[in-house]
Amino acid sequence: MLKIRDLKARVVDGPEILKGIDLDVNAGEIHAVMGPNGSGKSTLSRVLAGHPDYEVTGGTVAFDVNREPQDLLAMEPHERACAGVFLAFQYPVEVAGVSNTVFLRSAFNAICKAQGVPPIDAFDFRDLLAEKLELIGMDESYLERPVNLDFSGGEKKRNEILQMAVLAPRLAILDETDSGLDVDSLRIVSEGVKRLSTPHNATLMITHYQRMLQYITPDIVHVLMDGRIVKTGDHTLAEAVETRGYDWVKEAA
Amino acid sequence: MDAIADRPKEYKYGFVTDVETEKFPKGLNEETVRAISARKNEPDFLLEFRLNAFRWWQEQEPPRWAHVEFPPIDFQDIHYYAAPKSMEDAPQSLDDVDPELLRTFDRLGVPLHERERLAGVAVDAVFDSVSVGTTHQDILAEMGVIFCSFSEAAQKHPELVKKYLGTVVPPRDNFYAALNSAVFSDGSFVFVPKGVQCPIDLSTYFRINASNTGQFERTLIVAEEGASVSYVEGCTAPMRDENQLHAAIVELVALDDASIKYSTVQNWYGGDEEGRGGIYNFVVKRGRCEGARSKISWTQVEAGSAITWKYPSVILKGDDSVGEFYSVALTNNKMQADTGTKMIHIGKNTSSTIISKGISCDQSKNSYRGLVKVTPGASGARNYSQCDSMLVGDGCEANTFPYLEIHNKDAVIEHEATTSRISDEQLFYLQSRGLDSEAAISLLVNGFCKEVFKTLPLEFSVEAVKLLEMKLEDSVG
Ligand SMILES: Nc1ncnc2c1ncn2[C@@H]1O[C@H](COP(=O)(O)OP(=O)(O)O)[C@@H](O)[C@H]1O
Ligand SMILES: [Mg+2]
Repeated sequence: MLKIRDLKARVVDGPEILKGIDLDVNAGEIHAVMGPNGSGKSTLSRVLAGHPDYEVTGGTVAFDVNREPQDLLAMEPHERACAGVFLAFQYPVEVAGVSNTVFLRSAFNAICKAQGVPPIDAFDFRDLLAEKLELIGMDESYLERPVNLDFSGGEKKRNEILQMAVLAPRLAILDETDSGLDVDSLRIVSEGVKRLSTPHNATLMITHYQRMLQYITPDIVHVLMDGRIVKTGDHTLAEAVETRGYDWVKEAA
Repeated sequence: MDAIADRPKEYKYGFVTDVETEKFPKGLNEETVRAISARKNEPDFLLEFRLNAFRWWQEQEPPRWAHVEFPPIDFQDIHYYAAPKSMEDAPQSLDDVDPELLRTFDRLGVPLHERERLAGVAVDAVFDSVSVGTTHQDILAEMGVIFCSFSEAAQKHPELVKKYLGTVVPPRDNFYAALNSAVFSDGSFVFVPKGVQCPIDLSTYFRINASNTGQFERTLIVAEEGASVSYVEGCTAPMRDENQLHAAIVELVALDDASIKYSTVQNWYGGDEEGRGGIYNFVVKRGRCEGARSKISWTQVEAGSAITWKYPSVILKGDDSVGEFYSVALTNNKMQADTGTKMIHIGKNTSSTIISKGISCDQSKNSYRGLVKVTPGASGARNYSQCDSMLVGDGCEANTFPYLEIHNKDAVIEHEATTSRISDEQLFYLQSRGLDSEAAISLLVNGFCKEVFKTLPLEFSVEAVKLLEMKLEDSVG
């Protein structure tokens, strides 16, 4: 579904941050990308979502749309979203004046439109929201509040997963969704993410610690250091990193 | 004729209409004032009104206190009267109006043809200094509603004009009020008699076409006991390198239980990216809630003009009267706006609401200035004010200058203010959820302005949203 080859990127006019990433993700898989602070995890996720601060200096990213690989890098951020890519932000943005419901429905309908299906009506959307709220363990009071405004760190992270649940992406990239969540929330959100995983979609969990991995066992684990994936393995790699630290990976690589 | 063909196309109303114009020579003296009055064949009291204002004006200095900067205006370098020549022998109906003029209003989206009568809005169109046609006259006349150009009102209803003109904004109120009172050219007159709810929105469309011309309209709206009316004003001007002065006066009078809703979508040319050209929009708008339980509501969407300097205000004289001010002011390029309101509480149990939304982009300056005054006798006065600013980019400025003069200890006054910024990060966030940049901006702006937009008549609210989106797209990039 996603094929990244030798991807290099930098902050516009800055030093290179991603120094040649190779990554293959298939439908039905859950991947974890681990790495120390500053290794380029957020950069990778933001480049995949099309953030304008970054400039791709080399490599390719192919994303399957209707089973045909498309050049993801040539697409605008909203086109990527409409094609099924979703990024749960490490630092979700506050949007004053726009309620969660209005935001979610606008986004949902924008995606419907791009996919050539009729927009959802307000009543059906309410039912859809109710179902997704329950999955993430959020109550209705969040719906009429402005997006993320005055939410706690944990509430913001949860709100990202609510958006993911509603927009039903084919590729979800979760950038440190586990940080900022307390133990109970972490469990509920992790269960939610797990339940959203189907044979038709894929999840890329980006984490510094492996807190979320206690609840979700990834199929494949990658260790990202200094802009490169230095090691790939199964879920036992995450446990090894946990006990031995990133220095061990560097030496072993 | 000014060459505008090679100018950027941002301002879609920036065309000059090729009609022959009759202008008075530049300059202002007592003779000019007399000539304007004579040209309009005015009753004597109006000439006296003008001369009184002019004599006082001559002795005044232009005010300087607004938070805006511009070179001194040479008041002798302006034409004080311009009219399309074909109007010489005033049209008897729209069929007599120069087709070129009608086409201009068509291009502006202002329906003047009778066939448009189903549109549900009566329109008075003012082109440079004169009114070129008012629609729906007959329907309104049946109900006793008078809606006509100011000049026509001076001829046909002099007693009403005499009774109310200058009662809300006296000729010596301030420098620009005096200037307008001396040289006002035309404008609209509305009179809604006792007990009549005006069934359609009334609308005036102002257009400055001639160059080096000042536009000084005068609007007077009177709602008698129990009457109500909703009035909408729209404005555009061609793109020109020089600045043009627009100094209008709007006076509203609401008697017992009357209500007047006045909405403006102002999109005068605001100058180019370097700040060249554009309209100086120095306007005095004031309403008087004369009667008990009367209500005056101002809604303005200010998106144009090089400089906007105006404070639509309400004098709450009647007991239990209500004043409202809802404003969205958007500035981009090097535009400057100093706008807000004054709520003067005089009667008992009066209440006022102020909702102001300022959006500043590029290098512009956007200030809210508002006064809430509660006089000693105004027991039970209440005011709620909310002033929000949104910054787009780093080069712009937003200010809030709230003034409170509270002389009655019963008064309940609440004030809230916020400042926010449309950031690239915010746009990216919305885009990453599937919204293109246009939809993202529209969501943000609608969210920011929704309390104001919902007070506009529906079709104008759609227009206002589009207008702001169009202006913001250039600035957000
Ligand atoms: N927008 C940016 N501007 C400047 N430097 C950046 C920006 N984004 C990332 N960087 C730099 O790139 C490196 C990788 O950052 P990031 O991808 O956020 O790492 P991680 O998410 O793995 O902690 C860091 O050195 C960081 O300072
Ligand atoms: Mg990060």
